[in-house]
Amino acid sequence: MSQKTATKKAVARKDMTKWQWTWKEMKRNKVAYLMILPYMLVFTCFTVLPVVLSIFISFTDFNMLQMPNIVWLDNYIRLFLDDDIFITACKNTLIFAAIVGPVSYFMSLIIAWFINELPPKLRAIVTLIFYAPSISGQVYLVWQTLFSSDAYGWANAWMMKLGVINKEIAFFEDADWVMPLCIVVALWTSLGTSFLAFIAGLQGIDKAQFEAGAVDGIKNRWQEFWFITLPNMKPQLMFGAVMAITNSFGFGGVVTALCGFPSVDYAAHTIVHHLDDYGGQRFEIGYSSTIAVVLFAVMIGSNMLVKKVLSKVGS
Amino acid sequence: MAKKLRTRNHKVVLARSRGGDAGITFILVIFGIFMFLPMYYVVIQSLKPLDELWMFPPRFYVAKPTFNNFKDLFTLMSGSLVPFSRYIFNTVFTSVAGVIGNLFFSSLAAYAFAKIKFPGGKSMFKLVRTSLMFHKTVTAVTCFILMSALQIIDTYWAIIIPAWGSTLGLYLMKQFMETNVTDAVLESSRLDGASELKTFWVIAMPMVKPGWLTLIVYSFQDLWNAGASIYIHSEQLKSLNYAIQQITAGGIKRAGASAAATVIMMLVPISVFIITQSNIIETMGSSGMKD
Repeated sequence: MSQKTATKKAVARKDMTKWQWTWKEMKRNKVAYLMILPYMLVFTCFTVLPVVLSIFISFTDFNMLQMPNIVWLDNYIRLFLDDDIFITACKNTLIFAAIVGPVSYFMSLIIAWFINELPPKLRAIVTLIFYAPSISGQVYLVWQTLFSSDAYGWANAWMMKLGVINKEIAFFEDADWVMPLCIVVALWTSLGTSFLAFIAGLQGIDKAQFEAGAVDGIKNRWQEFWFITLPNMKPQLMFGAVMAITNSFGFGGVVTALCGFPSVDYAAHTIVHHLDDYGGQRFEIGYSSTIAVVLFAVMIGSNMLVKKVLSKVGS
Repeated sequence: MAKKLRTRNHKVVLARSRGGDAGITFILVIFGIFMFLPMYYVVIQSLKPLDELWMFPPRFYVAKPTFNNFKDLFTLMSGSLVPFSRYIFNTVFTSVAGVIGNLFFSSLAAYAFAKIKFPGGKSMFKLVRTSLMFHKTVTAVTCFILMSALQIIDTYWAIIIPAWGSTLGLYLMKQFMETNVTDAVLESSRLDGASELKTFWVIAMPMVKPGWLTLIVYSFQDLWNAGASIYIHSEQLKSLNYAIQQITAGGIKRAGASAAATVIMMLVPISVFIITQSNIIETMGSSGMKD
């Protein structure tokens, strides 16, 4: 962008070339570079560089001890053709993200919309109730108590009392239960930043538009939602989607805390766990970097895809 | 019969059916219960005496509330290998240092990105924005290698410095400055001969207080809730959250103390949010992505 504006102005000024002009602009704005310097330094060091480094290391067999050798695509071939657990992890990650991402997104949007017309005081309280689980740290471990493997867990106790089952279910050690429960817990903690962004977006819509809509024949709140509300909060929808997608891939920590590592039969083993297994425990850094690169590509890819879809809303 | 919702000027009425209102209230109540009950259950558990904790079936209320679980927790704390005050200091220190650096560096950069046109500014911000699209677990291992190279593994810096470069904080601050700091005000300050840094500090910063608060809250929540970190090995440098997890991982006989610990840990971020809610929502108003 800045290149473009630079070119445009350079055309207006015949006395210097584009590069001379850019250089002059850079010198004139050196305070701006100074201002972004501390942040960009940290950002480059702990966000950009790790990504670039991962890509490089993924082509080697680095293991923290020996000098790394370049092995080109060997790691990628091993990952996709010779690692059954990775395929399981991929499947779990996709199921997990495909459910948690969209459901948390729509849940945030619908609830934000529902509470939008409440009186301000009540709205603040309801917002807190929905938002609290996402900021309360380890509180999700309460699900372990609710679904504990003995009869003192709430779920077991009531199902036994009502005669649905006659023996306790070890929920977090049962391959059939692990994944659905983790999804529920993830959803429970997922009304976070995007939820707040939606609330703010709804508050920011000019009321006059709804009045104009009512005059133009909007019959009910659903029409109003579709034709006025959604198109008006498109920027928030975009931002919320990015937050929801990114988080839906990053729930590994919650899963580990709930079902241990590795989870029973790898039933809740996601790519994040696989990464942690090879990077944090076996120190096969080369191989774990390959996993990281694949996960990185999946995250960025799904974000790009959803952004493209969302840009069509209301147009 | 449709109920009519009057708007400001009382001329136009928005269509709101009773059935719709009832449906919305119903769904809100159901979801509200789903969200609220587990939180409520933790609080109830923390107040239950021993015999009520092990009651079949478990109850969602407490007959004889007691603070014994909290007392137990403090007894367990005082018996820990590293004095418990050390863990509290670790978390408070890293939180404060991380938050202050993050607030200062992010605001500086946000101002430059939002209010000064300079070559490369837009593309650099785009890069920052793109990094919102991946979760930081992806880079944990390579970060470890970089930190070993910088020799900050197993120091407070390993927690503090990465917090300074948080992406979400910068993104929200930049968006907020863009919409809430008018160019005219800045221009008049510049014409008065104030330097860019002075304009930033004296004119722009006081105008974006909701932005600061949001940044502080987000950054603080991250640091406060940080558990075990792969960057820290020494017991005496570990976080409060980690220490409490260790205490409460002692199996079923510590169920009460564990609930008490969870309650104490969650009270802090929740109270912070209650105080700052309106400011955070205001900041989020400008959070949208245009392209």
